[in-house]
Amino acid sequence: MTQIFAYVPFKNGVAEDVALEFPGAAKKIDAGASVTAVVTGSGADLDKVAGELTKVYSEVIKIDNAAMAYPNAEVVRKALTNIIPAGAIVLVAHDTFGMDLAPGLSIKLESAYAADVVDFEGMDGSTLKIVRQELGGAVSTHVTCDASAGAVLTIRPGTFAPVDGSASGAVVDKSGDAGDLSAKRTFLEVVEAEVGEVDITKSDVLVSIGRGIEDEDNIEIAQELADAMGAVVSCSRPIVDAKWLEKSRQVGTSGQTVKPKVYMAMGISGSFQHMGGIKGNPFIVAVNKNPKAPIFQVADVGIVEDILEFMPALQEAIEAL
Amino acid sequence: MEILVCVKRVPDTAENEFELNSEGNDLDRDDLVYSVNEWDNYAVEEAIQIVDNLGGSITVVTVGDDEAEEVLRREMAMGANNGVLLSDEAFEGSDGKGIATILKAEVEKGNYDLILTGAQADEGAGQIGGMLAAMLDYPYASLVNKIEPADGKIKVGREIEGGNQEMNEIELPCVLSIQTGINEPRYVGIRGIRKVASVDIPVKGAGDLGLDAGSVGEAGAKIKRVDYFVPDLGDGAEMLEGSTDEIVEKLIEKLKAKGGL
Repeated sequence: MTQIFAYVPFKNGVAEDVALEFPGAAKKIDAGASVTAVVTGSGADLDKVAGELTKVYSEVIKIDNAAMAYPNAEVVRKALTNIIPAGAIVLVAHDTFGMDLAPGLSIKLESAYAADVVDFEGMDGSTLKIVRQELGGAVSTHVTCDASAGAVLTIRPGTFAPVDGSASGAVVDKSGDAGDLSAKRTFLEVVEAEVGEVDITKSDVLVSIGRGIEDEDNIEIAQELADAMGAVVSCSRPIVDAKWLEKSRQVGTSGQTVKPKVYMAMGISGSFQHMGGIKGNPFIVAVNKNPKAPIFQVADVGIVEDILEFMPALQEAIEAL
Repeated sequence: MEILVCVKRVPDTAENEFELNSEGNDLDRDDLVYSVNEWDNYAVEEAIQIVDNLGGSITVVTVGDDEAEEVLRREMAMGANNGVLLSDEAFEGSDGKGIATILKAEVEKGNYDLILTGAQADEGAGQIGGMLAAMLDYPYASLVNKIEPADGKIKVGREIEGGNQEMNEIELPCVLSIQTGINEPRYVGIRGIRKVASVDIPVKGAGDLGLDAGSVGEAGAKIKRVDYFVPDLGDGAEMLEGSTDEIVEKLIEKLKAKGGL
């Protein structure tokens, strides 16, 4: 029987949503597998989350140490390396902490590593069949993973169906087995994102621009359309990287989470990091001159046009209403 | 500061429409436009800014075939001092761990204080930096969007969820994966490329690096790509077609119904 461990991230004593998605992912790897949750941290927050997780997992391992009060990937890696048995499969969320932790963990556990898994198609012997995406989601790929010596797998949050919490498991305290937790990296502080002039999270309609805007001067075209619609201009990551708009305008997992009624994706390819910032199932209109842009798979309405020509046409028609 | 930046030649997502070949198991690679991985340009720019302030030198390295040399030259045109191409038939089919193993062998031939990678590349795994650091027992930070060098250690900011930034202190030598937006990579013109066109770029194979061929390449790979495919995600978007005026008219009706106007 495959032994699967799920490393559950949490904040302020509350598990991230992915905690409910690991069991579904594990089932797709091996329906008969036992799945154990692992949480690391310190004090009351850790106890709270470990207790909550017993409703989802039959076994919850907690590792309590002041060195992990803030999740430092190097420290957590050391603790996990001492606690996870050889040959196990370890599931980690493909988020900013998981990306910090998981590749190195696979080296220390001497196991295989596959990142950002979006689906599993079962196990053949010790060979796991995995579905991933490449090239910013433009193509998918099947990969095989030799898990004979175990595997560390990061899964994309929000991809596997969440389970209901109906277990009544137990917490196992393995704090004493964590070993030496000294590290060459020290956490200092979290610097909160600056609040911008415009709060894109409050707007019902967003005109959101991506690479298709091509030039900083063209942002005005989007602003004029937004004005006509009573909307606010937001953007995808490349626009902030280019310093054309402030960070507070960025929609995505590394930016703002928005819940508009209508989302106008203008020249945005639609990476999962971007789509991860759009919640509440809005009506998504995608305009992109590339007919193969991944955004067309998730949008409600798609238009293959150059946004620099389409936006003024739409603006004019709206103003004439 | 001696800095090694690991770079990769990748299909350019901004310049290509990806299609499958006639067998439907691989990309149609005939007309693909390749360039240096976008994240790597930020890593090289960051290295240049550090060396401008503190002195030192920058080496860019890649694992690839002969054609990969062009990305090394591009990064040298940006300002990297040296380039190294790690190339061998035995490297073909390497998974992430294989690539990290090859790079580790090269790192150990030098005396680097700082090793930079892009936060991710075409495969979207974001794995090489973390693996390389663990193999070397160097500290590591991913998704770095700020670097402040100090004596014997550096302060790094990591991009975390919600646009927040996690500040850490990290001992040298270390490995950092660089996120886009950390700086504004300088433009490289034709003239810059010409200047480095004849610079000698050493090529090293498994033997030069003291690598056992079975530990890298397809032989050592636990992760193997079987095929590429386009997923069937249901209906996708309802595509509006016709003249621009017709599309605008249809869209306005929908926007009215959905509360967009």
